[in-house]
Amino acid sequence: MSAVLELRGVHRVHGRGETAVQALRDVSLQVNAGELVAVMGPSGSGKSTLLNLAGGLDAPTGGEVVVAGQVLGQCNRRQLAAVRRRTIGYVFQQLNLLPSLSAVENVALPAELDGVGIRKARELAMVALEAVGLADLARRFPDEMSGGQQQRVAIARALVGQRKLVLADEPTGALDSQTGEGVLRLLRTRCDAGAAGMLVTHEPRHAAWADRVIFLRDGGIVDTSGPLAQPEQLLTATPGVTA
Amino acid sequence: MSVRYGLLALLERGPRYGYQLRSEFEQATGGTWPLNIGQVYTTLTRLERDELVRALPESDGGQRPYEVTEAGRAELARWFATPVEHGDRPRNELTIKLALAITTPGVDVRGMVQAQRTASMRMLQEYTRLRHGADSPADLAWRLVLDAMIFQAEGELRWLDHCEASLARFTPAPLAPAPAPDPEPSTPIPGGTR
Repeated sequence: MSAVLELRGVHRVHGRGETAVQALRDVSLQVNAGELVAVMGPSGSGKSTLLNLAGGLDAPTGGEVVVAGQVLGQCNRRQLAAVRRRTIGYVFQQLNLLPSLSAVENVALPAELDGVGIRKARELAMVALEAVGLADLARRFPDEMSGGQQQRVAIARALVGQRKLVLADEPTGALDSQTGEGVLRLLRTRCDAGAAGMLVTHEPRHAAWADRVIFLRDGGIVDTSGPLAQPEQLLTATPGVTA
Repeated sequence: MSVRYGLLALLERGPRYGYQLRSEFEQATGGTWPLNIGQVYTTLTRLERDELVRALPESDGGQRPYEVTEAGRAELARWFATPVEHGDRPRNELTIKLALAITTPGVDVRGMVQAQRTASMRMLQEYTRLRHGADSPADLAWRLVLDAMIFQAEGELRWLDHCEASLARFTPAPLAPAPAPDPEPSTPIPGGTR
């Protein structure tokens, strides 16, 4: 398996001297193609810092972040911006959809910024909107859509053009559970199709969609929950469901 | 709950013999409750003694089917109509283990909470995976059984988060668990100092 995202001994200290806060300490991890990894931990444990570093939105004070073979710390600003546009898709709790653009224009925007012609960019955007089941609403503006539909537009934007790495920070936000599950299903499907995904969440139910769950505390990884060695044992060993 | 109501419910659908009952019981509970054939026959014998089922003549293949009696039907209806009492459920080992860990010197309670969290998360991941493989309308019973386990694992994880937060707030967190000096040695407190 090939790692799309790799963190090597990453540290992140905010501030200096006596007020310095160590947000991440010596974090190493890999997310492979086809894999969805969830990150859990109490507030202040470093979850969002981790995601921002993985997405090149923040730089580590120690260690290396490697995305699709590129060491982000060795990229100049232009190269870094290109990695962010082409390789990484972001889904945030705040959707950051532009209100003056229609759904398809919002989704096409990253490709257009990347120099793809408008026609081609719109084509890619329609493919992404179809994948999230919103092709019919492509011409609507964000304020003409429900919260769940807007969230799906944001996901389509993160997935447009087959990004290799999808990063999601509490992507289900304030959505009802049914719509929230739809969002996770999309993420899962994208990862099953070959993308690498990292999901920050405080909801166990959402983290459970991942192949691995990483637990952070005080900026460090304290444990990882991988797949069961023998899943068939599970059903006969459930506390409280037995006689 | 015991196996007896499960068997009564299956016999309500028509006469059945032991092996049939075992496989249908396991099917109905989504494989979460494996039975051995000995349990099935012991239960049938007791149900017959209580006149809730009656044995029918042996078939040509030497299998003896059972059918439910009127009294059995009434007993089953009563069971369906009665809410499950919490006291009927097994006591939760995890709750007791944590309560004891907090009051036992030298136990790494946070480590214990995290180890449990990882284990419960792993189960929740697996239930979730199974849940999404059970999409057809025919899978409804199995899906609901899985949902129950998902809710349970989720509840356990929430409770563990709550425990951790409470421990962080209320424990002074000494590096080594030293025996706490008793401020009032004249009043022994049974069961610990908290």
